[in-house]
Amino acid sequence: MLSFTKIKVLSIYFILISAIFFASLNLKNNNLIDKNVNLGLDLQGGSYILLEIDTKPLVNQKLQAKVIPIKKLLNENKINFKDFIISPESISLTVDIKKQTKLKNLFFKQTKNTVNNFITDYNKFELDINFNQNKAIIKFSNFGLVSLNNSVLKQSIEIIRRRIDDVGTKEPTILQRGDKRILVELPGIDNPERVKELLGKTAQLTFRLVSEDDGFGSEKLILSENNEELIVNKRVVISGDNLVDAQPQFDNQSNQPIVLFTLDRQGAQKFGKITTENVGRRLAIVLDNSVISAPQIRESITGGTGTISGGFSFQESTDLALLLRSGALPAPINIVEERTVGPDLGKDSIDAGIFSLIIGFILVIIFMFIKYRIFGLISNISLIANLVMMVGILTILEATLTLPGIAGIILTVGMAVDSNVLIYERIKEELKTEKSIIHAFDTGYNKAKITVIDANVTTLIAAVILFIFGSGPVKGFAVTLGIGIITTLFSAYFIARHLTSVIVLNDKEGKYFKL
Amino acid sequence: MNNRINFSKFFNIANIFSLIAVLISIMFLFFKGLNYGVDFKGGTLLEIRIENKNIQIQSLRSSLNIPELGDVSVKEFGEKGDFLIKFEKNANENEKFISDLKDIVSKKINSTVNFRRVETVGPKVSSELLKQGVTAIVLALSAMLFYIWIRFEWQFSLGSIIALMHDVIITLGIFSILSFEVNLSIVAAVLTIVGYSMNDTVVIFDRIRENLLKYSKFKTNEIADISVNETLSRTVITSLTTLLALFSIFILGGEILKGFSFAMILGVIIGTYSSIFVASPVLNYFKVTQKTLLKDDDI
Repeated sequence: MLSFTKIKVLSIYFILISAIFFASLNLKNNNLIDKNVNLGLDLQGGSYILLEIDTKPLVNQKLQAKVIPIKKLLNENKINFKDFIISPESISLTVDIKKQTKLKNLFFKQTKNTVNNFITDYNKFELDINFNQNKAIIKFSNFGLVSLNNSVLKQSIEIIRRRIDDVGTKEPTILQRGDKRILVELPGIDNPERVKELLGKTAQLTFRLVSEDDGFGSEKLILSENNEELIVNKRVVISGDNLVDAQPQFDNQSNQPIVLFTLDRQGAQKFGKITTENVGRRLAIVLDNSVISAPQIRESITGGTGTISGGFSFQESTDLALLLRSGALPAPINIVEERTVGPDLGKDSIDAGIFSLIIGFILVIIFMFIKYRIFGLISNISLIANLVMMVGILTILEATLTLPGIAGIILTVGMAVDSNVLIYERIKEELKTEKSIIHAFDTGYNKAKITVIDANVTTLIAAVILFIFGSGPVKGFAVTLGIGIITTLFSAYFIARHLTSVIVLNDKEGKYFKL
Repeated sequence: MNNRINFSKFFNIANIFSLIAVLISIMFLFFKGLNYGVDFKGGTLLEIRIENKNIQIQSLRSSLNIPELGDVSVKEFGEKGDFLIKFEKNANENEKFISDLKDIVSKKINSTVNFRRVETVGPKVSSELLKQGVTAIVLALSAMLFYIWIRFEWQFSLGSIIALMHDVIITLGIFSILSFEVNLSIVAAVLTIVGYSMNDTVVIFDRIRENLLKYSKFKTNEIADISVNETLSRTVITSLTTLLALFSIFILGGEILKGFSFAMILGVIIGTYSSIFVASPVLNYFKVTQKTLLKDDDI
């Protein structure tokens, strides 16, 4: 039947009223429920930054650390070897073929294995060994790499979160993306360059003695203040790991910005010992392979606190303190994608988007009214209900509205009338052959149903695929397009149909049926 | 049905026309290629607003004559004083790069420059995004193919997919001919076109199936003709309302949505054409008759 039962009609009104309620939560000054549609970065301004960790240096470092245990294992078990070579991603050595099985068994021993860690999560070993004639090649296994990446990624996210929280950005989003990437979203940020600098720094701090002779165990580094070349000992006296706090301050005498740091107990002891033994020598403070400053040790420092001065601006000293407090990243990190939108462009986009939405909406409404008169009016009412429901659902889901998302809403406005058009055109055809008007409407709705569903499912498929593959703003488009299809079906088959039935059943003379 | 338009009379000529359009598009796509934006090519995109509205594009261009940037393109973007700059260099290699560039440009043209939008995509990410875009389109096409195959017979599925490919290829071909930029939002537009064109085709196919069962003595082409005519007013009205909405985005929605809405407008027009003149004739080529439908139902 064309008309609905009372209970169905009530449900339709209930859904409509709840949609209006949720949609109205977006109006200003609402304190009822804290729910509203979020604006995407392209509309409110902000930065989208994709970071990628570079684990290669860490893999090499980990392999280096395996060298002594491996050699020990070989010697203890009387396995002769030669040509022990460490390359960035593997260790190779020459082993007699007869001993290879023994080595392999030792290498994959389940208990008391000092070389190869067993990763219980994956039930696999960290390292792999492959033999090629008398050559053995030791490498990280795929699972070893994944678990290394994962742990590095988790630590990095933690450190990045600390850095961003310290800058004081509102509502940042920090998410893991795949096994090597971190996504950072910073809405409403006013200085993205500064944050990028803070994110990209590994911030590996070391204190090392400056030496006179350019021999083994030292390297040449540049003092960033005046480009002086210094020969710095490779041995680390203390590192950033020993730091418990760092704060920006002004030097009492020179009034220059400096960073005051506090060491933990172990660090304080070491620092005291070194400074006592090396009075008169220079101590280089090295951050990520460049020397920030290299002051002379005038007296022993045993209190566990010290200062770093390097001709900083106040901003630089604040940032350095922040980096030191948050700790060093376990691996270097690179920005692989960045999208920043300024707040004024975001506002312009909203204005243009909303304006074109209103104009498109009015055009469609006028068109439908001219074409279908009273039923055009019904279709228009259901179109408005459709929009309200879209906003309501977006609010309930707390979805993010982007500029392409607004385009999706406008497109829905254009395409939503399709269902009503399909139905009305069908009814028109039925009216040509059918005597009873009510019956014609009923058959019209039923026959058009299959087509309407088929037509909408295809668009829904496109929306779902876009949602899966799209990123950022495009995802927002998929969301509004998908929600639009559902609300369109509801408004055509419930709201418009209900209104149609009310008119058709009350209009005994049939004066409105000029479709 | 007195004022029926004899569409099937034009099927052959339309198919030849479509074939030529597709071939030309493929030639352009193959030899000229697409003008990829930073999303797919990597590099940096800047949208800037210059305080001094009288600045000429030439002076801005010469201020950006910095070898380090690589290939630079500058174009006006919406209002006076607004420009879109693209260059090959990946600005993420150095965190200070953007702020330094801002200072250099401001000094050279002697006016305050506001960087309204900065997009930098590294080479690895851009190639991934391209791969994702292509996968998404291929996946969407296959999903449509599958859906129609379930709902109809394989001939319909093939007909609709030929129409879809036709739409996608010609839309991209026009983008290639006009050297319009292809970025992520164009992929979104192409996917929506796929959905829209499919929608249009399904409506006609539904009617063809219904009419095939209703009339047994008509030829396939005649059935197609009747069906297209019966659904014609719907096809026209829906295209019109969709186009009204799209033109409103294209004209009033701001510069960022221009490419997207342009692609959609193209797609809606081509999609509507293809549902009538590409998808329906295919059924005739495959000799779809009432028997095809009935035979399938028996299985």
